[in-house]
Amino acid sequence: MSLTRREALGLTAGAAAFITFGGQLAYAAAAETEEAIKAFSGGSMPASGKISLDAPEIAENGNTVPVSVSVDSPMTADNYVESVLILAEGNPSPAVATFHFTAMSGEAAAKTRIRLAKTQNVIAVAKMSDGTTFMDKKEVKVTIGGCGG
Amino acid sequence: MAKIHKTGVLLAGLLTAGMSSAALAGGPVDEKLVIDEELEIITRTAAPEGHPLDEVISGWHYRTKETRELEADSFQNPGMLYVERGEEIWNTVEGDAGKSCASCHGDGEEFLKGIGANYPKWNADANKPFNLELQVNQCREANMQAEPYKFDAADQKALVTYIKHQSIGMPVEIDLTQGEMQEWWKKGEETYYTRTGQLNLACATCHEDYNGNYIRADHLSQGNVNGFPTYRLKQSAMVSLHNRFRGCIRDTRAEFPAAFSDELMALEVYVTWRGTGLSVETPAVRQ
Amino acid sequence: MAAPKPRVKVPKKASKGEVVTLKTLISHPMESGQRKDKQGNPIPRKIINKFTCEYNGQVVFSCDMDPAVSANPYLEFTAKVEDSGTFKFTWVDDDGSVYTTEKKLAVE
Repeated sequence: MSLTRREALGLTAGAAAFITFGGQLAYAAAAETEEAIKAFSGGSMPASGKISLDAPEIAENGNTVPVSVSVDSPMTADNYVESVLILAEGNPSPAVATFHFTAMSGEAAAKTRIRLAKTQNVIAVAKMSDGTTFMDKKEVKVTIGGCGG
Repeated sequence: MAKIHKTGVLLAGLLTAGMSSAALAGGPVDEKLVIDEELEIITRTAAPEGHPLDEVISGWHYRTKETRELEADSFQNPGMLYVERGEEIWNTVEGDAGKSCASCHGDGEEFLKGIGANYPKWNADANKPFNLELQVNQCREANMQAEPYKFDAADQKALVTYIKHQSIGMPVEIDLTQGEMQEWWKKGEETYYTRTGQLNLACATCHEDYNGNYIRADHLSQGNVNGFPTYRLKQSAMVSLHNRFRGCIRDTRAEFPAAFSDELMALEVYVTWRGTGLSVETPAVRQ
Repeated sequence: MAAPKPRVKVPKKASKGEVVTLKTLISHPMESGQRKDKQGNPIPRKIINKFTCEYNGQVVFSCDMDPAVSANPYLEFTAKVEDSGTFKFTWVDDDGSVYTTEKKLAVE
């Protein structure tokens, strides 16, 4: 948890440094990402563990990046994963998708394909039926094509 | 140029031996493409006689694991959406003659098997090689009395994807003995080796001399066309061969010829021949 | 492009209590609203914003989608099945259109 928090603070500081060179976008994205996480978790920063996010280290093209999540949970009627929020903190808007599970899902696992505007962190936050939240994060490097595209 | 070529091969060889991971050098990965765990695709094969390289290799080998996996699963492959759309078009009546493709040719899956693997082929009436797009348009005008497709119309791409897909797994082989195919092949070869544009690049510069190396963060393949039309992640859609030809030539900062012009038809004949023996992969998935 | 076409992959049969994997794909440009046309005018957003999977009328899995989901959206997830029945898959478009498809599963 402390690591996550330090990373989040580091991000904000980096973005603040960037702002003096004349860009407000980077700051907005980092702050917006943190806001989105807190809105989802109910105010606190989620703990690490339980959720695992899988994404390629290098994406050949940012238009179609496979990401999958799985959360460690018994998935019974009174102990299951309610939802998983996916965020991309370097996109113009961090929201990507939210998966909603039920006990009938059997497992809290899902996969989709997403757009990443540039190299950045992808974040997944799981909310359990008891309200606790967990988070994982992966950096995905987005490569540029060979001939100017 | 010959000297650079040899050094490149040597370097790639050293890296392969030393690191047992050709992917790091930008070269082809040592994997097998089997679609849905049942259809084996020929992605490497001995080059045809007269080919400048010893082995022809599908572009599949130059892509990342994630992109390769998309092609290996016919459900996950987004190109299959266009195959399904193409099947609808095959069976849809259009034009004043009140016909569909199926009205004359019957079931597409039966009729089309193997056909896409042998295109382009000589068309005696037109006195030039026809690719699938030209063949479809001729059929639409002459037999269906329908408007020919405009280049890269969504339906043109979907129908050609469907037609070519019916030959998936079958080796590419075009007949150069018919009509003037030899002359067109020769003309295509000239284009392939002619440097063009402000960047002064020929097709051969990237795809023959430097294949297996990086261009910026991208891997250069041999530029084989056995997977076209191909689903490109960049466009998130099917990309036709002539669209790719024009894009490539544009990137050398040269003026690019019209789709299906004699120059690009000759290039299609020649480049298709270069991939002789590779399986049709349509719809391939590329970056 | 023609109307969005859903594709789903569901096993034909399963044993009681088995967790089966479901795969879905639909043809859709997922126009993000962030692109401009050749004249420089913004292209309006048009995406599929909601997906739901039900089994015998009960929700198994759903997903809210934002413009950062790739064109031709793909979703893979699981369902625990106790009885034979029918999966119903629903996609909701920004313009209000709804695309659905169904698949049967036999539980032995």
